[in-house]
Amino acid sequence: MRAVRRADLDQVIALDATVTGVEKRSYWERVYRRYGHAPRGEQRWFLVAVAGRDVVGFLIGEVRDWEFGSPPCGWVFAIDIDPRVRQAGIGTRLLGALCDALRAAGVRQLRTLLASDNTLILSFFRSQGMMAAPMIPLEMDVQPAPRARR
Amino acid sequence: MKLQVNTLLALYSVLEFAADPQRHIPASEIAAKYGVSAHHLAKVLAELARAGVVESVRGVGGGYRFAANAKRLTLMDVIGQFEDISSVPHRGAGEAVAPADRAISQVLSEIDQIARATFSSITIATMLKLVQKAG
Repeated sequence: MRAVRRADLDQVIALDATVTGVEKRSYWERVYRRYGHAPRGEQRWFLVAVAGRDVVGFLIGEVRDWEFGSPPCGWVFAIDIDPRVRQAGIGTRLLGALCDALRAAGVRQLRTLLASDNTLILSFFRSQGMMAAPMIPLEMDVQPAPRARR
Repeated sequence: MKLQVNTLLALYSVLEFAADPQRHIPASEIAAKYGVSAHHLAKVLAELARAGVVESVRGVGGGYRFAANAKRLTLMDVIGQFEDISSVPHRGAGEAVAPADRAISQVLSEIDQIARATFSSITIATMLKLVQKAG
């Protein structure tokens, strides 16, 4: 369990592509730039679980301040574990490492957001003690602009 | 949200069995604990046995024991054996539906979706932790 390094990124991208079925290299490059070497005090964490030379899991989290009026709280917005090594406690250790960092930063709450049909990850977070938060995610379709009259 | 009596009995029973998976628990013991008739509970347990959640053990010290994986079995898996929580009546495709009906149906579907997601994300192993915490 350690902070991500530039050399890990290809494996992180490959692991994400395995789990989600979509390779998003440019997205992960941006995430790495923002979370991979956050300056001290920025309260962002990009952690990897490594077995030998293989990245077998990763987790990304940060502290968000006063989002929609909420006092500073921890957010975990990405977690993936290699399907071949699931059920071995790797996700629990990654989340534990983030909680340790949050605790040290004085943060006492951790949140996340998931698709309601993502029962695998939902079950994982539930097993770690997460419960429904007092907030409701909302969304709407942004309709295409009406065509201008000529 | 309110679950039917049999569904609740099934959940109580599954939690009892999963808390001590090696033990054969007589139906009468659970019936007495939750104040229901053994006959009533037997029907619930038979349904759980059919679904492979518990298995019956015959003979002296018989009863039922847990037969599923507590880390994989969700509340939805148990509830789904006894009731359909997506209870919003859907009108037939060709049937005339008032806009208000459609709008109400949309909101009720949203509530059902959240309920299903909640039940599907909580395993029996997680519930046992919550039970312990609540105790």
